[in-house]
Amino acid sequence: MEHTTTEDIKKHVRSYILVFVALLALTVITVGVSYLHLSVVPAVILALMIASIKGALVASYFMHLISEKKLVYFTLVLTAVFLITLVALPLLGYHDNIE
Amino acid sequence: MQNVATAPHHGEAAHHEERASFWRTYVFSVDHKVIGIQYMMTGLIFLFLGFTLMMLMRWQIAYPTKSIPGEWFTLLPGAIALISIIVGLISKRKLTILFGVLFGGIAWLVWSMVSDETLFPQGIMLPELYNSFGAMHGTIMVFLGVVPIAVGGFGNYVVPLQVGAPDMAFPKLNMMSYWSYFAGGIVMLSSFFIPGGAANSGWTSYPPLSDIATTGQTVWLFGMVFLITSSLLGSVNFIVTIVQLRAKGLTFMRLPFFVWAQLVTSFLLLLAFPPLEAAAVLQLMDRLAGTSFFLPSGLVISGQVLDVSGGGSPLLWQHLFWFLAHPEVYVLILPAMGIIAEVIANNTRKPLWGYRSLVFAAVFLGFMSFIVWAHHMFMTGMGTVISTFFQTTTMIISIPSVIILSALIISLWGGSIRFTVPMLFAVAFLPMFGIGGLTGLPLGLAPTDIHLHDTYYVIGHFHYVVAPGTIFALFAGIYYWYPKATGRLMNTTLGKIHFWGSLACMNGVFFPMLIQGLAGVSRRLYDGGAQYAHAQNVLQWNEVMSVSAWLLAIFQLPFIFNFFWSLKKGKAVESDNPWGATTLEWQTPTPPPHGNFLKVPEVFRGPYEYSVPNAPKDFLAQNTP
Amino acid sequence: MQIPYTVAARPDTGLHNSKLGIWLFLASEVMLFGALFSSYILLRVAAPEWPHGSLLLNVPLAFLNTVILIGSSVTMVMSWASLMMKDFQKYRRYMGLTILCGFGFLIVKGFEYTAKFSHGIFPSEDLFYATYFTLTGLHGLHVIGGIIVNTYFWGPGSRMWKTEPERFTNRVEVAGLYWHFVDLVWIFLFPTLYLL
Repeated sequence: MEHTTTEDIKKHVRSYILVFVALLALTVITVGVSYLHLSVVPAVILALMIASIKGALVASYFMHLISEKKLVYFTLVLTAVFLITLVALPLLGYHDNIE
Repeated sequence: MQNVATAPHHGEAAHHEERASFWRTYVFSVDHKVIGIQYMMTGLIFLFLGFTLMMLMRWQIAYPTKSIPGEWFTLLPGAIALISIIVGLISKRKLTILFGVLFGGIAWLVWSMVSDETLFPQGIMLPELYNSFGAMHGTIMVFLGVVPIAVGGFGNYVVPLQVGAPDMAFPKLNMMSYWSYFAGGIVMLSSFFIPGGAANSGWTSYPPLSDIATTGQTVWLFGMVFLITSSLLGSVNFIVTIVQLRAKGLTFMRLPFFVWAQLVTSFLLLLAFPPLEAAAVLQLMDRLAGTSFFLPSGLVISGQVLDVSGGGSPLLWQHLFWFLAHPEVYVLILPAMGIIAEVIANNTRKPLWGYRSLVFAAVFLGFMSFIVWAHHMFMTGMGTVISTFFQTTTMIISIPSVIILSALIISLWGGSIRFTVPMLFAVAFLPMFGIGGLTGLPLGLAPTDIHLHDTYYVIGHFHYVVAPGTIFALFAGIYYWYPKATGRLMNTTLGKIHFWGSLACMNGVFFPMLIQGLAGVSRRLYDGGAQYAHAQNVLQWNEVMSVSAWLLAIFQLPFIFNFFWSLKKGKAVESDNPWGATTLEWQTPTPPPHGNFLKVPEVFRGPYEYSVPNAPKDFLAQNTP
Repeated sequence: MQIPYTVAARPDTGLHNSKLGIWLFLASEVMLFGALFSSYILLRVAAPEWPHGSLLLNVPLAFLNTVILIGSSVTMVMSWASLMMKDFQKYRRYMGLTILCGFGFLIVKGFEYTAKFSHGIFPSEDLFYATYFTLTGLHGLHVIGGIIVNTYFWGPGSRMWKTEPERFTNRVEVAGLYWHFVDLVWIFLFPTLYLL
């Protein structure tokens, strides 16, 4: 672990509490939004956006990704590219067929 | 640190060691070299089992109406068993004897199946059994044979040495990877003995057939979970080792190409296997919990509508499976290319041509391998947009392959070529891989694939790449690194017989497949096409191929004998670096002790500094100041 | 024989071995759950009809579970922070809480599952339930795995604090990364299955 002083850790702890509160709020929001009974497409987009923000908070602060090293970013970006491929291409194939 | 003079580790070597218990030192070891040899020997046994299954299939293909002479097919593994046991007894190596006993197990398995009237009524293989053998031949060769040898065996043994590390980054995890592989192998083997037999839906396990197949398919799925776990743990270990444990001065662009190949391979395994694991979970749910992930609605089996919820998609399996299985074929070839690169540089006494191109090509190849998978699915009714996408990426991916092959070929130019046995295999690899690669092109283009998909042409194509391609590279690696691991050289004459015989026979097996495939003969025909209209003009090739396959088996005997005999009786090496190689694994004692290097190495130059002008010798080791 | 960079970071990558190792492992887990999400998307898109999750599943319970899991993520990172501040007792308390939250999550899940089973609803019912049980089931297995690892580090594994405190802190951090990932997956699973 890098040289982190007790002061740095205390700052981290403060950010953990803030993130926790934000996550709780976002969870409430995401449930609340579902009661709006939006149609599928906006509902999915909104739900995914909120989930992504929550995910980004967990990853950036609890998992310290915000101050992580390049090599880790590189691995995750590569993974994201392949995951998007795995989701997108079969979907494209579903829509684009010979019938 | 272990006493150098006492410990040649061989197939979990046979010597009684005075100090740590036999089990700790050679069976449950965390030393990457022991684990590498464990993978190697286990992989070789599975390779031979997969080969045996194919030999039985080839009788069926060539002589579909003739009773199988079971004794002859038992004789071959039996002969190997006997040779190993006798050599083991003479040289007092317990594990050589064990290897022989395991081969005896294969012989017994063959005999018990061939003499079973329910499996071979009147000596003729049942179609269901043929399907089982086909599915298991593929599964065993790819997942239990080639990859464990190429990555688990060579990767584990050589990579930490070549990066100048004392071991892998996570030695205990490494051991767990091996035992997970071993468990997976046992699970897979056990499927032969259950009612309904082993998996029989192809190594590709397409649903709906695989969803409703016999119990062996469930066992296959569990086996795959063990194997995938082993692979994932291993790939994490390789990447961390290569990135984190490189010796001082060993920058990425000074890494031997073998290490680059293993690095890319590990990323492929890491990111491509999980979707297959997901698919296996889904198929297990279908088979065990009655779900319909892969079962469409209204499926009728033997006149009855299947009582499931339906709504599933067989194509979903294909996408998930091929998302892994395409990168998997690059997992099969990349370590092989790595081995060939090492052997060629060493035996031409000059640097590899185009090192940077090789590296960039390997990395680009790895990346592209994730976006070509649906070229295995051109016949599933896909539209022109997605078909064009995959045809384009498939054509593009041939470019890095060509770059790598070309660089290796050009590396021969102007070299002081020594035709050692490893070099024979390496040189032969080049045109063989060339044929394999070129025959892939019409498969990657949808219009021609319409004609060739699921024919013997495909089988010929991929076997050219894997058999006289990868397996030749594995042989090259064994002959090349054997002296480092054992302190002895394998016999050259036996090696040459092994080489020439294998080269001729492999072409005899696989070239006619291209002919039959072009004629339209489908794959997976249990009678070799005897009742199939398209096959009638090319049926005569069946016998040619089968005889070549059986001869190929005979030509492996000198290799197996050579391997075990040379452990004790091979010519002892006169130095730690008998081939005069530059890379770090040759700058250790022979065999390398626990911890590998007597002094932490420091690297001063690239990996292939051969024939450097004004140098005292015709090579400069990487760690010579 | 010492493997370099097990504790200290390698200068050029800035990482110690297990940190890189766990991120690589998590990348593979992203592909695993990602493949399952991708399957869900494909199956749902192709389905002529698909029920709204909130009609068939217990949203309040899942909301509770989400709070529990997020809370456990906080306690997990706090347990690491306690070690960084050299407070072993605080570490034990926070890690203990994390483990309890993990069990809490499983209990709620168990309650959800048994409620469904007692109504005769199993994975074979239809694709919706097949997906629900499989995705949450595999996630649950990962929670169990995390609980086992965390319990080891709370219990017998914590002996390493006395002999190699920095290495132990790293291990807890690495275990934490895995645990946060399990939370992350749930953050996406919850709206996907229950709210859409």
